[in-house]
Amino acid sequence: MSTPEPGGALLSVSGLRKHFPVRRGLIRHTVGAVKAVDGLDFAVTTGETMALVGESGCGKTTTGRLLTRLLEPTAGSIVFDGHDITHLSQSRMRPLRRDIQMIFQDPYSSLNPRHTVGTIVGAPYRLQKVRTEHGVKRAVQELLELVGLNPEHYNRYPHEFSGGQRQRIGIARTLALRPKLIVADEPVSALDVSIQAQVINLLADLQDELELTYVVIAHDLSVVRHIADRVAVMYLGTLVELADRDSLYAAPRHPYTVALMSAVPIPEPSRRLQRDRIRLTGDVPSPLNPPPACRFHTRCWKAQPVCRQTEPPLVELTPGHQVACHFPEDVPPATPAG
Amino acid sequence: MTVPLDLPDSARRAKPEAGLAGMGGTIQGRSLGQIAWLRLRRDRVALAGGLVILVLVLVAIFAPLVVRLLGHPPTEFHEDLIDPSLQVARGPRGGISWDFLFGLEPVNGRDLFSRVVYGARISLLIAFLATLLSMAIGTTMGIVAGYFGGWIDTVISRLMDLFLAFPLLLFAIALVGVIPDHGFGLSGNTLRVAMLVVIIGFFGWPYIGRIIRGQTLSLREREFVDAARSLGARSPYIIVRELLPNLVAPILVYTTLLIPTNVLFEAALSFLGVGVQPPTPTWGGMLSEASRLYTIAPNFMIFPGLAIFVTVLAFNLLGDGLRDALDPRAR
Repeated sequence: MSTPEPGGALLSVSGLRKHFPVRRGLIRHTVGAVKAVDGLDFAVTTGETMALVGESGCGKTTTGRLLTRLLEPTAGSIVFDGHDITHLSQSRMRPLRRDIQMIFQDPYSSLNPRHTVGTIVGAPYRLQKVRTEHGVKRAVQELLELVGLNPEHYNRYPHEFSGGQRQRIGIARTLALRPKLIVADEPVSALDVSIQAQVINLLADLQDELELTYVVIAHDLSVVRHIADRVAVMYLGTLVELADRDSLYAAPRHPYTVALMSAVPIPEPSRRLQRDRIRLTGDVPSPLNPPPACRFHTRCWKAQPVCRQTEPPLVELTPGHQVACHFPEDVPPATPAG
Repeated sequence: MTVPLDLPDSARRAKPEAGLAGMGGTIQGRSLGQIAWLRLRRDRVALAGGLVILVLVLVAIFAPLVVRLLGHPPTEFHEDLIDPSLQVARGPRGGISWDFLFGLEPVNGRDLFSRVVYGARISLLIAFLATLLSMAIGTTMGIVAGYFGGWIDTVISRLMDLFLAFPLLLFAIALVGVIPDHGFGLSGNTLRVAMLVVIIGFFGWPYIGRIIRGQTLSLREREFVDAARSLGARSPYIIVRELLPNLVAPILVYTTLLIPTNVLFEAALSFLGVGVQPPTPTWGGMLSEASRLYTIAPNFMIFPGLAIFVTVLAFNLLGDGLRDALDPRAR
């Protein structure tokens, strides 16, 4: 097994597609497909945190499930740590699962209510038949301590914990096998804001301590700004912009990103007046029948005929800043942030 | 918006649970099962039902002992106590006395009490075993259909529809009618009991199967199933370790509610004369005989009828109580 040096690509995705067939009628013939993910290209470097953002239904969660191979891609390829995992069978995938783990969105549904915390957090060892130095119980208690829970709570059941504590239990389970890559699907969106901060900081600390690589799926741009090194913006199953966090937040280039950024609330009323809020009109088009060429043209205020005819490729405009738009926003002259 | 995210370093490393560690004593969690039991213990009606069931089961198991203490052998004739002209027990109330607690059977004067006690054996034995069979088949089929989905689900669901549309009573009458005296190494009433268990049990599974399938469909979408899969769990592990523990509640409740249905079904078959054959006493069989004589010997009808009634009621009350105690919405 090749171990890439820090800075190398741990995960690279190209042309990733997932189409869910829509079947109708008595003989269940295929009448169409929901193009949930329709051609993604990106790479995740060892040790970084990459965020996937976008509104509901843009395919973020599907992407996460493809990366962890809970779903089988329709097309494209996923290469993880030198292994092509795109179409690996479940049994061939099993040993690799130690290295790719997932944090789930809803801490109320991701823990089996009939199992004790010890059983839940110890399940990875049993399933992967990993031997622990001082027994599973000891290992579980160390994990509980690592995520800031009382190791004495080993015998408790999930319903005895709060949402934030439950998410910590889920994180402890994720960490059990010391994975290289963690895909976190909306890890904090089900928690209230003060608990979000705790969990996010916990994830950051764990990243330093255990040299983790994160792919974080989120819709909250404030959370993303806090944790991500790079941000990928998704719209209707495609990437519209992929850039370093600072570059993206300082100068978004794709009109959709600009609109998203303008929707982030600013906690200072005086500053709020200074900016224009861009309101997108209309709904997100159906992924069953997405608009041709640039998918954003139906809602874009800059759309020209070319946007309806040619799909803009994702190109690198400035180093580390990729945008898929025919008419990207200009980089504003350097001004103090805000 | 980033304001609440910037915590001082001391707070970052905060271990909110650590303070509890020193409070002493081992912390033992309460499982959902324990919580349900605490809730059930407060439900007096369900507990009464459970107590009646316990008594009934004990009486059925220790029937010979009960009869030796409180009655006469169930096949012993007491024609001397029968009025030869009316063919019913001499004296008032059908012969109820300290000697014959439920009175005497008309015509041949058998002890009604011991016949009702022995009737409980057949009734409960068939109902329990048939329910067990239904549960085993129904749970397996329901989980498999719900978990795997696709064409497996379609096949099993159509099969359930087929079974539910089957005219079970007519079928059972026809089938039991042609049971030979010997077969499968069994003979006589033992064979009949086995056949009744198989028929009642085999046709009862779609009821539980549908419920388990529905529950599995919703459980399958919960994230803990994905979590298990992302750890590399195989389907059998997910079904047995992740799904089944969450299905214990509906299985328990519908077992308790299917037993009285099967008690009634067995009684109906015995009433129609296709159940266990005389002289083995059955509640349904006694009702059937009593139906011709109830004007002159009401106790012959009342006591077996009451036995069926109490059994069915007790199981239903316990089942309802269990459902309340295990109600997933109250979690």
